[in-house]
Amino acid sequence: MKINTSVFKHGLLAAAVCASVISAPAFAHRAWLLPQSTVLAGDEPMVTIDGAISNSIFIADYHALRSDGLEAHNNQGEQVELQNLHTGRFRTSFDLTLAEPGTYRIASASRGMTARWQNSDGSRGMFPGRGQPHNDAALSDAVPDDAENVQIGLMSRRIETFVTAGAPTQQTIAATGEGLEMVFHTHPNDLFNGETAQFQLMIDGEPASAAEVILIKDGARYRNQQGETEFTTDSEGRFEVQWTEPGMYWLEASYQDESAPAPATSRRGSYAVTLEVLPE
Amino acid sequence: MRSVTIFAVIFAVFNSVVLLMSPAAQADTNLTVEVEIPRLSVAEYHRPYIAIWVSDPHQQRVSDIEVWYDTAMANQEGHKWLPDLRQWWRRSGRQLDLPVDGVSGATRAPGNHSISVRESALQALERGDYILHIEAAREVGGREHLRLPFSWPANAGLLQEQQGEHELGRVRLHAH
Repeated sequence: MKINTSVFKHGLLAAAVCASVISAPAFAHRAWLLPQSTVLAGDEPMVTIDGAISNSIFIADYHALRSDGLEAHNNQGEQVELQNLHTGRFRTSFDLTLAEPGTYRIASASRGMTARWQNSDGSRGMFPGRGQPHNDAALSDAVPDDAENVQIGLMSRRIETFVTAGAPTQQTIAATGEGLEMVFHTHPNDLFNGETAQFQLMIDGEPASAAEVILIKDGARYRNQQGETEFTTDSEGRFEVQWTEPGMYWLEASYQDESAPAPATSRRGSYAVTLEVLPE
Repeated sequence: MRSVTIFAVIFAVFNSVVLLMSPAAQADTNLTVEVEIPRLSVAEYHRPYIAIWVSDPHQQRVSDIEVWYDTAMANQEGHKWLPDLRQWWRRSGRQLDLPVDGVSGATRAPGNHSISVRESALQALERGDYILHIEAAREVGGREHLRLPFSWPANAGLLQEQQGEHELGRVRLHAH
C-alpha cells in the first residue's frame, strides 16, 4: 500500500528521538514514574525513581517500565544521566543527581503513526508490532497491498514526573508542542493540600478540549475503592483540582479526535504524570 | 487666625507622617521570642531543625529570624533535610542561598531558648498585621508548626503564647 508519509516529518522526528516505550496492550494498565522525593535541597542532592506498569498505583506488580526512551532533563534543558539504572521483572529503578538547582523533568514520550488492517486471509495486522518503536517511514511498506479496513492513527504517549532542587523553575516544565501534554499553571512541585491547582491539557500545541482525566491517590491497596476522581477539560483544555488530602497522586489523561493529518484519520493521546501534594 | 489653624493641621499631619515613616519611632520596641524544645524520651533522638520567621497574614514571608540545622556537616549535608521544615522551605528557604548570616545557626539542645529579634529584621516591618511562625522538624521524629499573630508597631504589653504538643514546648512572643 502506498501511503504518503512526507507530511509526517514532525512525527518522524519524534519517533526517531523517542523510541516507543510500551506495547499497546499496556494501555490497559497504569504506567508511572515514582520519585521517592520531589522536593530536595543541599549540595547536588540525589533522588531515586522507579518506573513500572501496574494495576495498583505505585505498587510494582505487573511489568517494569522500559528504560529505552526514558530521559531526564535539568532546568537548562540538558539531558542528565540516569544513574544506577536497573530493570527488573517488575520495575525499572534509577538515581538522578540534581547538580543544578531547579526543576528536572523525567519523561518517556513517543509519537507516531499506527496502522491496523485486515489481511486477505482474514487475519489482523498491526504496525508497529507489539513493543516496537514507531517508524512512520516504514509504515507504508508494512501494510500489505491487499489489506482491507486499513485504519491509520496518529498516537502520542507521555509518562512523566518532576523533581526540584531548591526553588521550582519554569523552563523544564514548559510544553513541547507535541502530543498530549500538560501546561502547569500551578507548578507540579508546588502543590499543597487545601489549595487549588490549575492545569491545561494540550494536543500538538493546541488546547485539548473534552479530554478525560482521572486522578488516583496512592495507597489504593489499603482501601476498598480506587477513589478515582474524574475530570473533563473545558474548551480551553483546562481543569482544576482542589487538593483535599496530601499524598502522591497519579493523574492520567486521554484524548481523541479526528483532526489527524492524512493518511491518519484519527489522533489519540495518552498522558500520565505523578504529582506529590504536601500537607499544609 | 484661619491661616494659623491650617498651619497647625498641616504641622500635625506632617508630624504623624514623620512618625509613621521613621524607624526611630519603633527603635525602642524590641521583640523577644522564647522557644522551648521539649526533652523527649525516645530511642533515637536528634535535635530538631527549627525555623522562626515572620509572614504577612497571607503566609507570604516577610523576614527570617532564625533557622537552626546541622550547619557543621561536610559538603552542606545538613541542608538535605531543610525541606522537612515544609512551610518555611516553601515560603523562604528554597529561595535562599544558605547559610544566611545572622539567620543560620546550629541545632539547639532541649530547654528554653530566648531570641532577641535583631533590628534588621524589625526594620523590614511596615505598619500592619503579621504572623510569627515557629516550625520544628526532627529526624525520625515529627513536625510541628505554631503561629503567633501580632501587629506592628507592637505595644509594649504584647504577649502571645502557645503550647506545642509534640516537637515544641511553650513558645512566646513578647515586646518590651
